Amino acid sequence: MSKFKKKQANTKQGVPTSAMPDVVFMLLIFFMVTTVLREVELQVQIDYAAAENIEKIEQKRLVSYVYIGPERLGGGRLGETKVQIDDALVDDINAIRNIMYDKLMEQPRLIVSLRVDRDSEFGIVTDVQQELRHAGTLRINYSTRRQI
Amino acid sequence: MFKKRGRGDADIPMSSLADIAFLLLVFFLVVTTIDVDTGIGLVLPPIPDDTTPPPPVRERNLMNILVNAQGMVLINEMPAAIPTVRERVKTFIDNRGVDPELSESPDDAIVSIKTDRRTPYNVYIDMLDEVMGAYEELRHQASMDRFGVPYSSLEQGSERRAEIQEMYPKKISIAEPDEG
Repeated sequence: MSKFKKKQANTKQGVPTSAMPDVVFMLLIFFMVTTVLREVELQVQIDYAAAENIEKIEQKRLVSYVYIGPERLGGGRLGETKVQIDDALVDDINAIRNIMYDKLMEQPRLIVSLRVDRDSEFGIVTDVQQELRHAGTLRINYSTRRQI
Repeated sequence: MFKKRGRGDADIPMSSLADIAFLLLVFFLVVTTIDVDTGIGLVLPPIPDDTTPPPPVRERNLMNILVNAQGMVLINEMPAAIPTVRERVKTFIDNRGVDPELSESPDDAIVSIKTDRRTPYNVYIDMLDEVMGAYEELRHQASMDRFGVPYSSLEQGSERRAEIQEMYPKKISIAEPDEG
């Protein structure tokens, strides 16, 4: 009996914690370096137009993006003007109505940010706007750079 | 012989590590910019239903801006250049019934922008920007007269800002373009 007792008393218990901040710090840096913020993969080429009288969108979570521009084909070539919502190209313009309506149901204060290539024709933008009106998403924002 | 040399002090001074980490943290905090979305905000009109006719608008309260595919501008059927649009819009909105050809009050004034289907988007944005600029200047002026501070310094959603917005409501209509 006494033999066992002695053994227990001699060994020090407890993990050394002095190095814990270092470990935590290292983990933090590791995750910071490896994290990639999820971005939409653009399938259309967009070169923003510039304007002077612009406003900031403060509440980013209200925003949903619609991309309009020439489609990116392989080898740096550009195709026809297409509409992209989220990660997919929308071939049928009339489908936008349903997509946007669903989004509006999820977020009633939705703002649709139109990111349009500066050389696109306005006709397709109007078509999209008509769809937005049908869907009831009336707050829009033409995404532009600040004119220097 | 080798043994005698000894190992010296193997420690790296660690006390300043926290300072270095802190400095790095501050550096990155300052340098990082989270890109903010900027753009021209607009509220589209709802789809008109067939039962209610559109409200009547008097001719003088409507300013028709037409932009064609070549980027040429017509204001009320008269050719104009884009840089002159801002002044014309300002005089139109802020007429207050003086000139019988122009608007009755800023509240009644409607600016209608109509484009061609083939108008390049940046021409349209330039046009819209000029109109927005006209409103911005009028609001700035009103804010300076009334409160003595620039409009941009009035807080978002504040009472004063709402008051100025009410004085010059943005009534911009984007007409559906013609085919062609």
